[in-house]
Amino acid sequence: MFLTFLTFLPLIGAMGLAFIPKEKEGMIKQVAVAVAAADFLLSLQLYAGFDMSTHLMQFEYSIAWIPSFGVNYHVGIDGISLLLYIMTTFLTLICIIASWSVKKRVKEYMIAMLALSTGMLGVFISLDIFLFYVFWEFQLVPMYLLIGIWGGPRRIYAAVKFFLYTAVGSLLMLVAIIWMYFEVQQQTGVLTTDLMYITENLNIGLDAQKWLFMAFFLAFAIKVPMFPFHTWLPDAHVEAPTAGSVILAGVLLKMGTYGFLRFNLPLFPFASNVFMEYIAWMAIIGIVYGALVAMVQEDLKKLVAYSSVSHLGFVMLGIFAFNHYGLQGALLQNLNHGISTSALFLLVGMIYDRRHTRLISEFGGLAKIIPVYTICFMIVTLSSIGLPGTNGFVGEFLVLLGIFQADGMMAMVATSGVIFAACYMLWMFQRVMFLKLDNPKNENMEDMNCRELITIVPLIILIFWIGFYPKPFMKTFEPTVEHLMTRVSPDNFRPKKHNDEHHATAVDKHEESSSHSEKPKEKSHH
Amino acid sequence: MDGFVPLNHYLLLSATLFVIGVLGVLLRRNVIVVFMSVEIMLNAVNISLIAFDHYLNNSDGQVFSFMVMCVAAAEVSVGLAIIIAMFRNKPTVNLDEFNILKW
Amino acid sequence: MLNLACLVPIFPLIGSIINGFFGLRIGKNAVGKVACGSVALSFLTVLLMFASLLFTPAEERLFEQVLFTWMAAGDFAVEFGFQIDPLSMVMMLVVTGVGSLIHIYSIGYMHEEYSYYRYFAYLNLFMFSMLLQVKGNNFLIMLIGWEGVGVSSYFLIGYYFEKKSACDAGVKAFVVNRIGDFAFLLAIMYIFNIFGTIDFSDVMHMAPEKLIYDSEAVTIICLLLFIGATGKSAQIPLYTWLPDAMEGPTPVSALIHAATMVTAGVYMVVRCNVLFELAPLVMLTVAFIGGTTALMAATIGMTQYDIKRVLAYSTVSQIGYMFLACGVGAYTAAIFHLVTHAFFKACLFLGSGSVIHGIHGEQDMRKMGGLKKQLPITYMTFLISTFAIAGIFPLSGFFSKDEILYHALMDGNIILWGMGATGALLTAFYMFRLVFMTFWGESRVDPDVHPHESPKVMTMPLMILAGLATVGGLLGIPLVHGWHALHNWLEPVLHFDLASALEHSKHMLHANGEHAPSWGHLLVEPEHNVWVEVSLMLLSLGIAITGIVGAYYCYVKKPDLPGKFIKGQWGYDLVNNKYGIDELYDETVVKPTVVGSFFLWKTADQKGIDGGVNAVANTIGWFSKQARVFQSGFVRNYALFMVMGFLVLLILMF
Repeated sequence: MFLTFLTFLPLIGAMGLAFIPKEKEGMIKQVAVAVAAADFLLSLQLYAGFDMSTHLMQFEYSIAWIPSFGVNYHVGIDGISLLLYIMTTFLTLICIIASWSVKKRVKEYMIAMLALSTGMLGVFISLDIFLFYVFWEFQLVPMYLLIGIWGGPRRIYAAVKFFLYTAVGSLLMLVAIIWMYFEVQQQTGVLTTDLMYITENLNIGLDAQKWLFMAFFLAFAIKVPMFPFHTWLPDAHVEAPTAGSVILAGVLLKMGTYGFLRFNLPLFPFASNVFMEYIAWMAIIGIVYGALVAMVQEDLKKLVAYSSVSHLGFVMLGIFAFNHYGLQGALLQNLNHGISTSALFLLVGMIYDRRHTRLISEFGGLAKIIPVYTICFMIVTLSSIGLPGTNGFVGEFLVLLGIFQADGMMAMVATSGVIFAACYMLWMFQRVMFLKLDNPKNENMEDMNCRELITIVPLIILIFWIGFYPKPFMKTFEPTVEHLMTRVSPDNFRPKKHNDEHHATAVDKHEESSSHSEKPKEKSHH
Repeated sequence: MDGFVPLNHYLLLSATLFVIGVLGVLLRRNVIVVFMSVEIMLNAVNISLIAFDHYLNNSDGQVFSFMVMCVAAAEVSVGLAIIIAMFRNKPTVNLDEFNILKW
Repeated sequence: MLNLACLVPIFPLIGSIINGFFGLRIGKNAVGKVACGSVALSFLTVLLMFASLLFTPAEERLFEQVLFTWMAAGDFAVEFGFQIDPLSMVMMLVVTGVGSLIHIYSIGYMHEEYSYYRYFAYLNLFMFSMLLQVKGNNFLIMLIGWEGVGVSSYFLIGYYFEKKSACDAGVKAFVVNRIGDFAFLLAIMYIFNIFGTIDFSDVMHMAPEKLIYDSEAVTIICLLLFIGATGKSAQIPLYTWLPDAMEGPTPVSALIHAATMVTAGVYMVVRCNVLFELAPLVMLTVAFIGGTTALMAATIGMTQYDIKRVLAYSTVSQIGYMFLACGVGAYTAAIFHLVTHAFFKACLFLGSGSVIHGIHGEQDMRKMGGLKKQLPITYMTFLISTFAIAGIFPLSGFFSKDEILYHALMDGNIILWGMGATGALLTAFYMFRLVFMTFWGESRVDPDVHPHESPKVMTMPLMILAGLATVGGLLGIPLVHGWHALHNWLEPVLHFDLASALEHSKHMLHANGEHAPSWGHLLVEPEHNVWVEVSLMLLSLGIAITGIVGAYYCYVKKPDLPGKFIKGQWGYDLVNNKYGIDELYDETVVKPTVVGSFFLWKTADQKGIDGGVNAVANTIGWFSKQARVFQSGFVRNYALFMVMGFLVLLILMF
């Protein structure tokens, strides 16, 4: 019940806002901040009350919604969704504070933000496929409006592109959902869309698994976005208002990776193993490709957008490494990307507010006039590069460690992303912050004000916190990852007498993992 | 009573009137005439309703035809209002001028 | 007492935070005090720890302090812990000792700067990272420091951020270092893959049992580690960043790009000596890369005119010596040279800083000359250090370099020794070329500039360092067994039992059904021959003196001789252009990457993928356009369609 309350609190707030006259902009903003802050603070309660020793769903609540179709309102969180949930409330709060300078249609803007928050939170807690799908589509609308109304010059193109891309993917997912709905009815005689029930009881043959996997894959890969499906992202980011970009990068992209962990892996473990190699290579291409393309961007937001493609490549790679390190790293990297990239977008938004341009060539030498801003930008840049001691490193390292266990060659190519990351971030940093201040328009730029500091400082604290002491974050994943591993570990699907000749030197490292292979999944050989 | 005018005659009349109405709607350019043609179609239907009613010996058809007449009356008022509104925008009653439904 | 370990890096960190955030408010005086004070405190703590380590029995000189678990996933757990053993103690002493002196020197050198506080914040941050690096008890903590020093060096090189060349040099340094880090990261992952841990002591302990001598795995690991080291320590092929790094303030060059950070690679190789011992192929590579670098950098050093660049190439060359020593298994010699090099090279850099300070920012040696009268203290200290680096008895460089050359001949081969000896000749030559061009002869200084000696706060560190450069050799007096203090000190860390390692390898190979090659000859210890060593010493002394005399002849006696000699020589042009390596990298790596990225963006991304997506949209749009014909906008038409549809239905019904 608590979870439901938290999830719908922003929506209630949005409805409340509807009754405030639109001239009272100050009041509208204050109410919005109050709602978001309350939501965030209350959501911390989830962390406090979270039992970190079990992989089971917690704060569960289930009630019949459309009984004739077996649709339930079933919500709950586990280790995968807990921190994503809290991050969503957190970033919503930050975004609303960061949107103080919005001038156009403030009331509608705040309503859209709060409604968006509910949509995103709903996605992370839904344990019913139908409910999930409803939230998944629901959050599209406010985001579409945010880009389309408060965006930049090409906002309509970007908004439509964003909407269509997501819709195309999710329609295939809908087909797959319906298929599963009937299949589970046929197999067990129970008419239900409950995800937990389906995960436990549905046996799917290999061919069907492959098709279903691909349908879900498309929906989530577009959302992530993975390499060939990424072109909506730069457009959407460039045109979206600052807060829109932050939410987009910080939460919406995470819904893709979350989907993989919640649906693809547990539902189709065998297909996941079949496709693992291809997806891992796609992720690696994404890492390198995103980094290379980011290097030559002229627009700051585009650069950050392409760097997102690269970073999300790491997350995907970690997920499809199918081992502890990779999965934990991927989950952590999910958060890291939400923190660092959001901070980058906020920072870019700040200089955009002052100069109304994002072209790198318009800047240069800012370090001299806005030192505080420079320090913040520097820290966030370093975190994005993945410097040890910042959050980026912990996640990236675990992901790489995970993929190294799977395939050394992949790890090598993926690790080269670390070099390119340094290239594009530092080159950008140099052209914006360093060199001579030769554009007279920049001379009177003001340094960060108090409100802007409030939005950035918490993110910077998190950067170092996760960088030096990630334990409070990582231990929430542990049991869930453990459980997921028992389902999808490649050892379940390997032929039984697998011995590591090529690891002659690494004999006993693999002993424990081979003990898992005693219990092959019976369902996968239909 | 039965033998005097067979049902088919009523239906034939009704159909003829209906076709006249349809052709009027399709072929005429004047809004008012088109509007009148629509009324003719409605009345054609009324005739057939009454005829069937009489033929089948119940009163359902009469109820329906009253219904149709009410709707027709309402429709006339709304329709004429629309036509006047259109006329204010464009001083013509020629339907060919009103093609902005297409963009 | 050793529990104080965690305090050592914390002092500079606090200093850095105070200076970075409040530096402008507390004023220059306080900034300097905070910065120097924090490093001095670290130094004192290290001294205390050193004393307590000294009184521990040699076998128990390993102390680990675990603060907390840093990251954990499954069976992978990294502790945030420190390791104090003789090796890290030596490094800590050098880092904090030389570091304190350079901090004090910086107070004088940077006094005119506006963003004084920024400089000290970076410098303290560097100290923090460097200390983390040498103290970490596992590879990842080392990596924090390893990259942390890289970042600090990036900031400090780009300290004058309004100069494009400085910024470019900073980025170049960081990116080239990152290439090394890339290999280092892979090595760490490989190590974890094999050992299931990345703790230094565990890995080194298990290495002989888990790795087969000369096997593929250990070769790859060591090669990757070494590539990491070449990035940080500016060896072939990743040395190009160091000369450019001279864009930073001179004390920075002294601290980071001469005394401490660039020797981190050497420290890392010595730290992993057990692994390297198991990979003879890599050892050979290390030795040859070191020797080649020593030789090549020395040749470039002979042609440069920028006083700091000469010193930079000299640094590259000297670190080459250290790797040469590592490559032949003479780890003590490498660390010995690392220590003495820290003393004399820091002194040289600070001296050159003093010169530059004295003549108001001029760095070109062609515009110096005759400065020994105006800058007497600088001259004296500079001369002492130059004698030390040239290898003149009884200064420190003599002992350390001779030890390396001796081991190169005895444990390596004559080619390695030849490289080292030739390098020594060139070193003596170009270093004295530097001294003669700067301090001797006629003054070529701009007449408007009046050279002046630096203030005391700058000359004091110079004198201390010159003193250390003089007596540093005492650490390792050769000839008599047991007098080599450094060797005895490092013995617990460097102890490696090759025989039992080979025994393990044989067992493992047998278990895999393979045959072990005969390794018997590896166990034959070369005899310590005092007479060979003495004659080698005399020989290298002769080499050094030849170099000095040559420089004297060319730059004092007949100053127009070099000009005539080098005119039109293609060889000289090649060397003067640094063998065109920078240009080569530009053409083969940098440009293709940028051009390729543009291609990916403009063609693959915008035309290919996005074009494809838009093409789908346009196709659908085209079909819709065709269908629009039916939507004429005339109500009549729509009615006609309705009627026709009705008729069709009627026809179909009957």
